Amino acid sequence: MRDIAVDILDLTKKYGTFTALRNVSLDIRDNEFFTLLGPSGCGKTTLLRCIAGFEDVTTGAIRLYGEDIADLPPNKRPVNTVFQNYALFPHMNVTQNIMFGLLRLGQSDAQARARVGEVLEMVQLTEFATRLPAQLSGGQQQRVALARALAPNPKVLLLDEPLSALDLKLRQAVRLELQQLQRETGITFVFVTHDQEEALTMSDRIAVIAEGHVQQVGNARDIYQAPVNRFVADFIGETNLIDVEVRDVSGGMATCDLPGGAAFTCPAAAGAKAGKGHLSVRPERMTFAKAGAALLSGTVARHVFLGTDMQVDVRLSDDELLTVRVQNSEDSHIPEPGAAIGLNFEAGAARLLVD
Amino acid sequence: MARKIDLRRFPGFLPMTYLCLFLLYAPLIIVMIYSFNESQSITNWGGFSLRWYGEVFWGVESEKFKAAAIHSFIIAITAATCSTCIATLAATAMLRAGRFRGKGISFALINLPLMVPEIVTAVATLIFFSAIGFTTGILTILLSHIVFCIPFAYLPIAARMQGIEEVYEQAAQDLYATRFQAFKLILLPLMMPGIISGFLLAFIISLDDFIITNFVKGAGIETLPTAIFGSVKQGIKPNIMAISTLLLLVSVVFVTLSWLVGRMGQNRK
Repeated sequence: MRDIAVDILDLTKKYGTFTALRNVSLDIRDNEFFTLLGPSGCGKTTLLRCIAGFEDVTTGAIRLYGEDIADLPPNKRPVNTVFQNYALFPHMNVTQNIMFGLLRLGQSDAQARARVGEVLEMVQLTEFATRLPAQLSGGQQQRVALARALAPNPKVLLLDEPLSALDLKLRQAVRLELQQLQRETGITFVFVTHDQEEALTMSDRIAVIAEGHVQQVGNARDIYQAPVNRFVADFIGETNLIDVEVRDVSGGMATCDLPGGAAFTCPAAAGAKAGKGHLSVRPERMTFAKAGAALLSGTVARHVFLGTDMQVDVRLSDDELLTVRVQNSEDSHIPEPGAAIGLNFEAGAARLLVD
Repeated sequence: MARKIDLRRFPGFLPMTYLCLFLLYAPLIIVMIYSFNESQSITNWGGFSLRWYGEVFWGVESEKFKAAAIHSFIIAITAATCSTCIATLAATAMLRAGRFRGKGISFALINLPLMVPEIVTAVATLIFFSAIGFTTGILTILLSHIVFCIPFAYLPIAARMQGIEEVYEQAAQDLYATRFQAFKLILLPLMMPGIISGFLLAFIISLDDFIITNFVKGAGIETLPTAIFGSVKQGIKPNIMAISTLLLLVSVVFVTLSWLVGRMGQNRK
């Protein structure tokens, strides 16, 4: 197993009576693209600022490659940050901005300039070396911020929603570049975002955070396919939450009654109990079947055209609305609104959640 | 949104405006015009001349005015420099040190000289100096000027600093700068337009001051405003108008500069 780059041990951060982070424990591995994902106000940025040193921790420890850094000021921590709005120094040109950290580390002017050349090449901005930040586009500013943070070769690079100020097309291009940059430099990236698509496409591992607490840590596939609780299932991608009556949970499998009475056995999240529960099934894992000969039955409420996909909303007899996604193609059979229809899904596609 | 009240539609708005402008500027304009008067009279126009300007620089009273002008400039430059430094540090403490005990009181104290009638400050300062046995002279003028110039320097500096996001200093610290380096290399250059603006304002306030200066100055020492006052007591001569016009010119130039520098910095952001 790889070394642990950042080890967060039972960290709690309070502002007066408000608890921003509650008993957070995480281990971020060496050379990993690690994402902190959560809705705004969940504490993910606070956690990043704790690692950077802009916030004191109330209790708990932060270790960087084994060394406790919780009491060090930001300038003594070998980590660098890409800020949300980049925070490029407006009175310095691109070269001076990037040199700033190198000079503070005691490098000579010549050394620092050589390094600036390297990182500018890495982010493909060599010809902009003497521009002021105000003379650059948003995307270029973002790259300068990245170059400035990478220049001192930090042990860990912290990125605070660096793509949120860019437009959609650019954001998609930059995602791939960021991922590539991480592979090339071998630096551990800790990336904060509220955008689940960003998290799923770029990260080696993701920590889903809500209300100051880590909900689940895992790779994109784990988190998408095996969410531990209702929040994660709902926040990551789209999902159908079906009300079920759980009869029995044993050995990680649950037996439950679906609406309409059909019995069904599927994997259960740790901590699921008998009684009322929710079954999560992704819209793309549902298939149509003949009415009456399926696990669930209902009527088609409406179609929503999504480009590559068609979303079909199906209303069950108990008035619950489920969504099904089918690919738009010649041979996919899509039932018309008003039609009575049955819905099937495999045991592996469903998961009993903890509320 | 509340409906905007258009002042211009109030009855009598226009005549009132012209009356105010007239009362404010007519005396100044008359002084300026009559400073170019050929005749000795201050009421009758005798033709255009630069005679009284010559009188200011080479006339009987020129030595007195020159000495006073030198005092005034030395005091204004020193007082503006000192009060700008103090105001910069005060603004840093007020806006960057987080919450601390007595912050509200500190803010009130910094700005108090703006509220207290100048005559009160003048009397109090004089009493204070004589109580501690301080000999009046250029030093007493200088000390009192430094004190009352602080709020004037503070206002543009604090306004500027408020517009600078703290994230720049955090970025500097993230890039291995100490807190002092972050202040010196990032915050100070970004604040410079505010600091220059504050300096110029303090300079002109000090240069123009009469009341406090008149109270705390020693017997043998005059600044330009007190020298002019002394001269006026013996009757108004046109050379006073010339010197007033010159002083007005200096004021206008400095206030404009202060305003322009403040604005320039904003545009660059």
